[in-house]
Amino acid sequence: MQALNSHLFLLVGAALFSIGLAIVLLKRHAIVVLMGIELMLNAVNLNLVTFSQYDPDRLQGQMLALFVMVVAAAESAVALAIVLQVYRHFRTVQLDKLNELKQ
Amino acid sequence: MIQLAFYGFAILTIGSALAVLLTKNVLYAAFFLLLTLFGVAGLFVLASADFLAIAQLMIYVGGVLVLVVFGVMLTHKPELPGDSNSQVPNTVPSLNRSWVVALLVSGSLFAALYTLLARANFLIFNQPIGWQSTITTIGKQLMTESVLPFELIGILLLAALVGATYLAAPVNNRKKNAGPQ
Repeated sequence: MQALNSHLFLLVGAALFSIGLAIVLLKRHAIVVLMGIELMLNAVNLNLVTFSQYDPDRLQGQMLALFVMVVAAAESAVALAIVLQVYRHFRTVQLDKLNELKQ
Repeated sequence: MIQLAFYGFAILTIGSALAVLLTKNVLYAAFFLLLTLFGVAGLFVLASADFLAIAQLMIYVGGVLVLVVFGVMLTHKPELPGDSNSQVPNTVPSLNRSWVVALLVSGSLFAALYTLLARANFLIFNQPIGWQSTITTIGKQLMTESVLPFELIGILLLAALVGATYLAAPVNNRKKNAGPQ
């Protein structure tokens, strides 16, 4: 089987990270910002996996990618719970409207 | 053939990530995020990480995305309450900030990364790659070299899930359950 060029994986990872950063900076809806963070974590995982295929004995990159995945799942669960409470308090989740500490 | 599969998955990933960026409806963004995560799982397979691809599908597509869709549904107030039979599609709008800042920051980051990657010559990429299953190695690594992070991540996951359940409960419900001490 012909090997793929690993530079292309890194390029896809870079593009995915930039798009995730643009989503975080651009969107005002809290849940879409969370989606952008997930995209950035996925880009990081792609880079880790790409380098890890040259290390088949220890696979340290894939181990780190596995732990990153679990932390991302925990982070999104806690963040969505917080978003839910914010919505109960302010009746909106558009981040630019949340400009008071106590209403 | 494998090149074709790689380009297919790469286009799927980047295209649907751009769609998440461009769409105004949060529900469409959630479903395009599903396509992006599928594409990344395909790229994991092509990078000979089969176990991680399955884990990606189970954790992200099966868990995180369902959570996100639930979050969208629970934090949305329909314009016409009580009209659940209407045929009008349900839009959950997301407003945008200015395009200038976002495009400037992320575009320049991508340009910097692109020039870096185009100039870099990674010596490790000249080594041959083996295409074997990684499950045995991952299992051995989890039980030997990285057993401490493995246990820690278990505790973290438990704490995060208990905390998320506590946080998401209604406030009066929380007080009632605490009771007189």
